[in-house]
Amino acid sequence: MTTPASSGTILIDYKAGNLTSVSLALSKVGVAHTISDDPEVVRKADRVVFPGVGAAGSAMANLRSKGMDQALIEVVRRGDPVLGICIGCQILLDRSEEDGGVDCLGLLPGTVKRFDFSHLPDPRPKVPHMGWNPVSFLRPHPLFEGIDSGTHFYFVHSFYPAPDRLENAIGTTEYGGLSFTSILDGGNVVATQFHTEKSGEPGVRLLKNFGSWKP
Amino acid sequence: MLAKRVIVCLDVRNGKVTKGVKFEGNRDLGDPVEMGAEYYRQGVDELVFYDITASAENRAIDIEMVRGVAKNVFIPFCVGGGIRNLQDMRDVLLAGAEKVSLNSLAVRNPGIIAEGAKAFGNQCIVLGMDALKVGESETTPSGYEVVVKGGRERTGIDAVAWAVRAQELGAGEICVNSIDADGTKAGYELEITGKIVRALSIPVIASGGAGKPEHLAEVLQPDTGADAALVASLTHIDGYTVGQLKRAVAEAGLPVRI
Repeated sequence: MTTPASSGTILIDYKAGNLTSVSLALSKVGVAHTISDDPEVVRKADRVVFPGVGAAGSAMANLRSKGMDQALIEVVRRGDPVLGICIGCQILLDRSEEDGGVDCLGLLPGTVKRFDFSHLPDPRPKVPHMGWNPVSFLRPHPLFEGIDSGTHFYFVHSFYPAPDRLENAIGTTEYGGLSFTSILDGGNVVATQFHTEKSGEPGVRLLKNFGSWKP
Repeated sequence: MLAKRVIVCLDVRNGKVTKGVKFEGNRDLGDPVEMGAEYYRQGVDELVFYDITASAENRAIDIEMVRGVAKNVFIPFCVGGGIRNLQDMRDVLLAGAEKVSLNSLAVRNPGIIAEGAKAFGNQCIVLGMDALKVGESETTPSGYEVVVKGGRERTGIDAVAWAVRAQELGAGEICVNSIDADGTKAGYELEITGKIVRALSIPVIASGGAGKPEHLAEVLQPDTGADAALVASLTHIDGYTVGQLKRAVAEAGLPVRI
């Protein structure tokens, strides 16, 4: 039996939500990909999309149960392009406040914090932060090609990434008077807190840009 | 700043989008996948597909239709009508829908809200409610009662109390359709919408009664405070584009995605 040297673009399935929409959006813009829950296949990937919905605790537990966390860390460390989406964005950081505190992948320094608007008067901003909100790009990036800063993207989340280092933030969004990091930049790994696959034409454009990105 | 949402609802019957038109009965308007794709191109924020005969015929939603929409529309869309159990919800979500709408099933079996929220997350569960103005009474302190079967059957349940209960059970969003306003084109029912907005901490979608673009702005203004406005005949029958509706919302000084 021959094993292919590379497994192309892999959409990681780690039982953290529904991959249908991400897969359909990638196909729409011609990014051929394979859905896999096998860490060995992920290790051979040229390019990885790492989505996810739900809670950080169960996402991390699912990743670890099959050794997918280590495969993903290897791909990121060796410099291949990785795109995280939603929970896949949050768990790149060291730790999340969700589920009483969860250790995450630690690929980028920082923590995932809960939106807390308890200091604000009624009516307080609703949590989860759900809907379309503009993203300001802090600097140009190949993934933003053809997309204007200030474009609306679709969010659904109660926790947000708070990277320690300014350089790891490349997109920000304002909610309830708080400006939070909505796109993380870790060199060859970029991650969006918003659902780029549900964000209309700008969202699918970002996926298309990712498909040809050579970090 | 988080944008107010404009949502287009497509009622589907026998595979076609349909709309009840006064003195005319139901009119077939077209293919749901094609119409969904057209509203997507116009910049709609979200779509709702409602299989209006699935419940009565005790059959599941047309999953092929859901798949067809998901291949063409890269925004959140919600599917309702004919959701009978968790398996139906799972099928719809795996086919690419972002949310499911529970209506009469939730009235009969409120526990389904909690089960759905636990299995798929609160953000997936939209409670759809038809509210009828009945006047304040002991059983309906808000003055509005939940009705089912398109308003033909009263439930004796207070509309605001039901909305609060649905939120406690785990609904991520509530769509309030005013039976009184529906079809009048006189504007959304601001009173019940505002009462539910003030009673809840989850997003509220206003439905029923929009007759012109300014009506969307009216219900989305802070004094009523809906998070989203749902339309059907404004776009299907009256020929407004989503862009025209959104411009009216923007002109009223509200944040909107254009």
